[in-house]
Amino acid sequence: MSDHTHGEGQNGNAVPAPRDTGGEVIRVRKGMFGANNGGDTSGYGGLIRTVTLPGASSRPYGGWFDEVADELEGALEEQDLLPENAIEKTVVDRDELTFHIAREHLLQVARTLRDDPALRFELCTGVSGVHFPGDKGRELHAVYHLRSLTHGRLIRLEVSAPDSDPHIPSLVEVYPTNDWHEREAYDFFGLIFDGHPALTRIMMPDDWQGFPQRKDYPLGGIAVEYKGAQIPAPDQRRSYS
Amino acid sequence: MTTPHATPRATTEGTVYTVTGGDWDEVVESAVKSDDERIIVNMGPQHPSTHGVLRLILEIDGETVTEARCGIGYLHTGIEKNLEFRNWTQGTTFVTRMDYLTPFFNETAYCLGVEKLLGIEDQVPDRATVIRVLLMELNRLSSHLVCIATGGMELGATTIMIYGFRDRELVLDLFELFTGLRMNHAFVRPGGLAQDLPPGAVDQLREFIKTMKKNLPEYDKLATGNPIFKARMKDVGYLDLAGCMALGATGPVLRSAGLPNDLRKTDPYCGYETYDFEVPTADTCDSYGRFLIRLEEMRQSLRIIEQCIERLEPGPVMVADKKIAWPAQLALGPDGLGNSLDHIRNIMGTSMEALIHHFKLVTEGFRVPAGQTYTAVESPKGELGVHVVSDGGTRPYRVHFRDPSFTNLQAMAAMCEGGQVADVIVAVASIDPVMGGVDR
Amino acid sequence: MGLEEKLPSGFVLTTVEQAAGWVRKASVFPATFGLACCAIEMMTTGAGRYDLARFGMEVFRGSPRQADLMIVAGRVSQKMAPVLRQVYDQMPNPKWVISMGVCASSGGMFNNYAIVQGVDHIVPVDIYLPGCPPRPEMLLDAILKLHQKIQDGKLGVNAEEAAREAEEAALKALPLIEMKGLLR
Repeated sequence: MSDHTHGEGQNGNAVPAPRDTGGEVIRVRKGMFGANNGGDTSGYGGLIRTVTLPGASSRPYGGWFDEVADELEGALEEQDLLPENAIEKTVVDRDELTFHIAREHLLQVARTLRDDPALRFELCTGVSGVHFPGDKGRELHAVYHLRSLTHGRLIRLEVSAPDSDPHIPSLVEVYPTNDWHEREAYDFFGLIFDGHPALTRIMMPDDWQGFPQRKDYPLGGIAVEYKGAQIPAPDQRRSYS
Repeated sequence: MTTPHATPRATTEGTVYTVTGGDWDEVVESAVKSDDERIIVNMGPQHPSTHGVLRLILEIDGETVTEARCGIGYLHTGIEKNLEFRNWTQGTTFVTRMDYLTPFFNETAYCLGVEKLLGIEDQVPDRATVIRVLLMELNRLSSHLVCIATGGMELGATTIMIYGFRDRELVLDLFELFTGLRMNHAFVRPGGLAQDLPPGAVDQLREFIKTMKKNLPEYDKLATGNPIFKARMKDVGYLDLAGCMALGATGPVLRSAGLPNDLRKTDPYCGYETYDFEVPTADTCDSYGRFLIRLEEMRQSLRIIEQCIERLEPGPVMVADKKIAWPAQLALGPDGLGNSLDHIRNIMGTSMEALIHHFKLVTEGFRVPAGQTYTAVESPKGELGVHVVSDGGTRPYRVHFRDPSFTNLQAMAAMCEGGQVADVIVAVASIDPVMGGVDR
Repeated sequence: MGLEEKLPSGFVLTTVEQAAGWVRKASVFPATFGLACCAIEMMTTGAGRYDLARFGMEVFRGSPRQADLMIVAGRVSQKMAPVLRQVYDQMPNPKWVISMGVCASSGGMFNNYAIVQGVDHIVPVDIYLPGCPPRPEMLLDAILKLHQKIQDGKLGVNAEEAAREAEEAALKALPLIEMKGLLR
């Protein structure tokens, strides 16, 4: 459904980026309606579907995407860092460019993106945490969007960390604006940003237990009572997805 | 407490201090030395001048703020988590309540993201896009009016507040006419709009523009040249371009530092590149500059609204794809707006397939292909970005709002430290944080 | 030229309760306590078009110690709840609470970890006002209903008696889940 938009729009060049087969499997969906305890009479109880995020793209990415990728790789090589060590994969999807960065090199990559005159991504629009419990070993993702006002471009950096070791280097020294954003991601996902000046809870009360926007944290709603009936909280209801 | 000027003396009723005269220079000097004027003031979360449930922790030396910190989260609503348990269309109902002064920006940013994930950006009808632009610009007016009104009220200028709310009511009347609600509309939906503009909308809009053109200069007369207003606002809340860039401040705060950065120009969406308007800037980096920018943006918004009226061509307001388009047809009944009885009679009586389709789409929702996207719109406060992740299901997997109020509020410390206590209020008001957006 | 001119001999008999209620209802000072969307509608109610001054209530007090009406305008988060209770405790008696909007009344659409599911978990509520957000007219209506409640308020032993009766009635009341009828 989304294929016909690849490489169009702001990118100008209408060449769709070729896609390697095999994306990132984040989840395997079983059955339907969330009825896993045998109560499903729909006939779809045995349904198994894997959920895959768009996989790595190969060159050419199209438009200015190649230019940014070239410049980034060149700049990293100048710093004696092999690009293939830092950039795990590059995804072009829906006209957006995503670099998956190895977390140990995140700080250097971000500094390069900010300082290199040909890249110049001055504005970081913060970090958004995403939790994929089914993506074993890479459960927690931190997604950064960087905007270049000089060149009018927008790219995405994605870093992942396992649930057992949720450490990601802090970008506050490169982008001070990430101060609160990283505190928020810590508060909601338990991502620990090493090097953050004061990584404390920001939204929830200081003594809150758990990280509420992780997928394994319940929504926490209560059943709603009506005359003679009760409707369970939204996360307890039968679901279709 | 024993000083040469206050000697203690024990009496039956407790210690009595006798304060004698003395050289004031000595008093001042010892006060400076002892530094016991350094106090921590906890301002908020319930405070009439903090623009909502914002908590400011100020370290004060006399009247000077030496350190300022924000405490936020007092309005954290968990909207992003709630979204994950509702289908994509229901999401608009939640996001509209994030920054409750800019509902149409939240809705449009979210819907643009969902449409991008669906790959239907090109199929959204022109009329829907024009109405979105129209609503957003009206919303920019109402948001800036509230900013100026509450900002004035926090300075103690209640007249400005009355003026601002008077004009905001005019905008809300239009919103009510178009969407049925004064706030929290959930009118923009993935694929288009909930319904078309009602008859008479354009006439009302023209009337509104006429009134606003008469009313907007009154703010100039009342405030722009007012010496007290200027004395309170000028050189207060100073944040230069380097500070803005480092702290990620966008919107009027960034433009008051002289950079004409406006996503409507630099990264256009909804066809903004085809509208004729200007991006006002100031080079003063202060609250007064931000006030002037907001005033000018309101005039520019009126220009855009005028252009929108001319572009309103009859046509559909929802994508033609029936797999996505919300099947409801609304009509005005005796008890208000609701499902059209004719439409219900039609699908109930004639078409079993339509009934099944309606049921599936409303209860289950449409599926969105797996992937992620970031869409940003220029809200009255700055760059409002939405990071939407889908896992191919009927519900969002994760929606994150990068709210401009949240990011801009970080600049509060940089603006306030070293200034006077009273200026903290002005600086915070000039950022115009809305706690619903900050905390979500 | 009002009621006072028609009084025989220029005086009127009433009870202390009614006189006190009459005086109290005409001098309600709301606390400035805005939380979310409803706070904007509350401010609108105070501004020109709806003009709360018509009911002698335009003076929103910044300090809870000078206020006797708390309009809980918006969603109450878990983090805000202790603050809200402290503000309530700081208000001198007699005091009233209007729970403005569905979020304050029951948590509304935000049935989740962050929001207190009804401010009546924290403070006693006199008037529940539905709406998301309620229109200014609805807030005015709630305020007028509260005025009537204040007017009918009891004092001393009568107040204790009324409280006891209310408690007994509440204990006897049928729980919602056992009620029959339409789902609402």
